[in-house]
Amino acid sequence: MRDSPAFARQFTSVSHRDESAELGMWVFIATEVLLFGGLLLAYFVYRHAYPQGFATGSRHTEIVIGTANTAILLTSSFLVAWAVEIFSAETRRLTAGLLAGAICLGLAFIVLKGIEYHGEYEEHLVPGIDFRFTGSLANGVQLFFIFYFIATAIHALHMIIGIGLLAVLALLCRNAPSTRHRAGLHSAALYWHFVDIVWIFLFALIYLPGRSIT
Amino acid sequence: MTERNYLTADYTLRSWFFTTDHKRIAILYFASLTMFFFIGGAAATAMRIELATPQADLVSDDIYNRLFTMHGIIMVWFFLIPSIPNTLGNFIVPLMIGARDLAFPRLNLLSWYVFMLGGSVTLFAILAGGIDTGWTFYTPFSTLYSNSYVMVAAAGVFIAGFSSILTGLNFIVTIHRLRAPGLTWYRLPLFIWSLYATSVILVLATPVLAITLVLIAVERFFGVGFFDPRIGGDPLLFQHLFWFYSHPAVYIMILPGMGVINELISCFSRKQVFGYKFVAWASLAIAALGFLVWGHHMFVTGQSLLASLVFSFMSFVVAVPSAIKVFNWTATLHKGSLRFDAPMLYALAFIGLFTIGGLTGLFLACLAFDVHATDTYFVVAHFHYIMVGGMVTAYFGGLHYWWPKITGRLYSEYWARAAAILIFLGFNLTFFPQFVLGAEGMPRRYHVYPPEFQVWNVLSSGGATILAAAYLLPLFYLGYSVFFGARAPANPWDAPGLEWQTSSPPPEHNFDVQPVVTRAPYQYSRKFEAQPQNA
Ligand code: HEM
Ligand SMILES: [Cu+2]
Repeated sequence: MRDSPAFARQFTSVSHRDESAELGMWVFIATEVLLFGGLLLAYFVYRHAYPQGFATGSRHTEIVIGTANTAILLTSSFLVAWAVEIFSAETRRLTAGLLAGAICLGLAFIVLKGIEYHGEYEEHLVPGIDFRFTGSLANGVQLFFIFYFIATAIHALHMIIGIGLLAVLALLCRNAPSTRHRAGLHSAALYWHFVDIVWIFLFALIYLPGRSIT
Repeated sequence: MTERNYLTADYTLRSWFFTTDHKRIAILYFASLTMFFFIGGAAATAMRIELATPQADLVSDDIYNRLFTMHGIIMVWFFLIPSIPNTLGNFIVPLMIGARDLAFPRLNLLSWYVFMLGGSVTLFAILAGGIDTGWTFYTPFSTLYSNSYVMVAAAGVFIAGFSSILTGLNFIVTIHRLRAPGLTWYRLPLFIWSLYATSVILVLATPVLAITLVLIAVERFFGVGFFDPRIGGDPLLFQHLFWFYSHPAVYIMILPGMGVINELISCFSRKQVFGYKFVAWASLAIAALGFLVWGHHMFVTGQSLLASLVFSFMSFVVAVPSAIKVFNWTATLHKGSLRFDAPMLYALAFIGLFTIGGLTGLFLACLAFDVHATDTYFVVAHFHYIMVGGMVTAYFGGLHYWWPKITGRLYSEYWARAAAILIFLGFNLTFFPQFVLGAEGMPRRYHVYPPEFQVWNVLSSGGATILAAAYLLPLFYLGYSVFFGARAPANPWDAPGLEWQTSSPPPEHNFDVQPVVTRAPYQYSRKFEAQPQNA
């Protein structure tokens, strides 16, 4: 594969440049952890205050879609990891194909999420727009759904950004791969896996409470 | 005939607005921050005029609320937080570590654009009618009751946060990866250590503010949210999240200043900084401990006594590394060959003012005292001693110190000293009376007060006049020096740091030959001559 000869003046070698880029991505992920951390703190505070409301709210979510989405996202992460592993000049078509697969799965995730949102809207479970839930648990349920919508919307936004990144890289890797794109692919993959991990947390916090008791 | 340097390399507007040179980006930031400093200052001036008399004569209640909010938001997010990191730091960090630029120059430029976007949105909120929540955006007022432009202002601050994160990220990677050969961690100037600690806070604290502002915006937009007491939400959760960011953020607003002071004290005492490793690790200790004290802003909110006790204790602990620094600077002065150039005057002012600010912080960290002093002028005086007396003074000190490097010109030492002394006097006259006012019980954020407080308020407003004039002075003599000042040599202060071993102003690529570091920083010979780090 073409060794991209150009590295900016502040670096001393190609690997110097690439390792710096990767460190940059790790630092960025640290930022993201704290972003979701603030949100999760709010979740735990209210789940602690309204355990029953949260359990009830959780039972109103679509666990089938949630589980399917978890599987979809994990598979897409697998494809991305595979693409990183095999990326070279000879395998550029396969690399691009794997990334395209990951992108399709990402889009499928978003579509399913949309269907899920629609369902919640039909059931009048959208705080601030159409929320009708009465009874003593109403407050807890509403707080649960506020968390649900904010967290999943921010997560979906991250997915859309990730899909964009993967799409650009798929095109680049297919048309003119160079060592530079290996570093880019590596960083984008880190980001994608991070978004994946966030989802695993969200899945456990959103869909599972209140389901173990029969 | 001028030789080619980063300023003369290209004169087009394009070469400024699309530059990726860290030195030019520093200048872009410098120009923008100067503008924001004077906008924030104008609001402060209006408040001090209003407060000269006990009655409301200049502005209405509503306008007064908007004035102090605008003052706080502009000064905190659009001046102090970026002040030293984005101007002096941007310019000096690569030079100090012998690098040709920051690790991500385009990200650096992007951070300036993002910053300007955030600034414009905030200015729009102010012009459109202002915000009346205070810089702290407390709920449920900010979410349910305020009829002002809360969402727009919050959006502005949110956007500016990304610029902070990008800068912090860039500095962290740069300091890890781009140090010159031979420049080990313990050979780094302490300015770099302090900016590293600052960057860690920028990267880890800012996202928490971001998500908190998102929660506010959602609640305002949809009419329900996490902080809404009508559905069982807890408005105090907002305060926890806000101070989880904002207490670390106060260290964003002082650590870089402390970093500058190390450089100044050492250079003008012609001595190595006393206890280098302690000072270096104190910066990181402050960054870490600073995350564990936010509850000291909430002693009177009804949080549990146990929580208050722990937060009080931790606030005392966090003062230890700050005190270590003060002691070490003082010890550095001891038996030095002191020179009282303008930067040194600022540095000495910093030590005194920061000490007062820090000690009164300890008063406030005492539960029994804080119950009386919270939300009074005592708090206002406390943080202004640190943020203005400390950080702004350090900013001016650093600006004077590196001015010859940045512009290639020397300024008038006479005027520079005069301004430094005036700032010191004006500052104390403005803010010391506020300690008294606070101790006597005058609450903050009101513009009407009982007549017995007038004496101290008049003193404070009088001091503010001196302070305002003193802050304007550098605009003239520094501005003059850019065009008419004598040309600066490469190393006018005879300092050992790498940034002084290249020409003034530096060439586009910083160093014609890659420097190789062979020494610890701050080395001087017996005759007080600097021993360059790369000799
Ligand atoms: C020596 C360590 C410090 C301690 C122990 C300390 C302690 C405190 C305490 C207890 C309060 C709350 C007072 C109240 O609202 O009743 C406070 C307020 C404040 N401090 Fe400090 N402080 C320290 C350093 C700093 C630094 C370095 C800065 C800024 C650079 C700073 C800026 C502020 C600000 C802005 C507020 C008021 C926030 C507001 O309510 O608007 N403090 N400090
Ligand atoms: Cu604090």
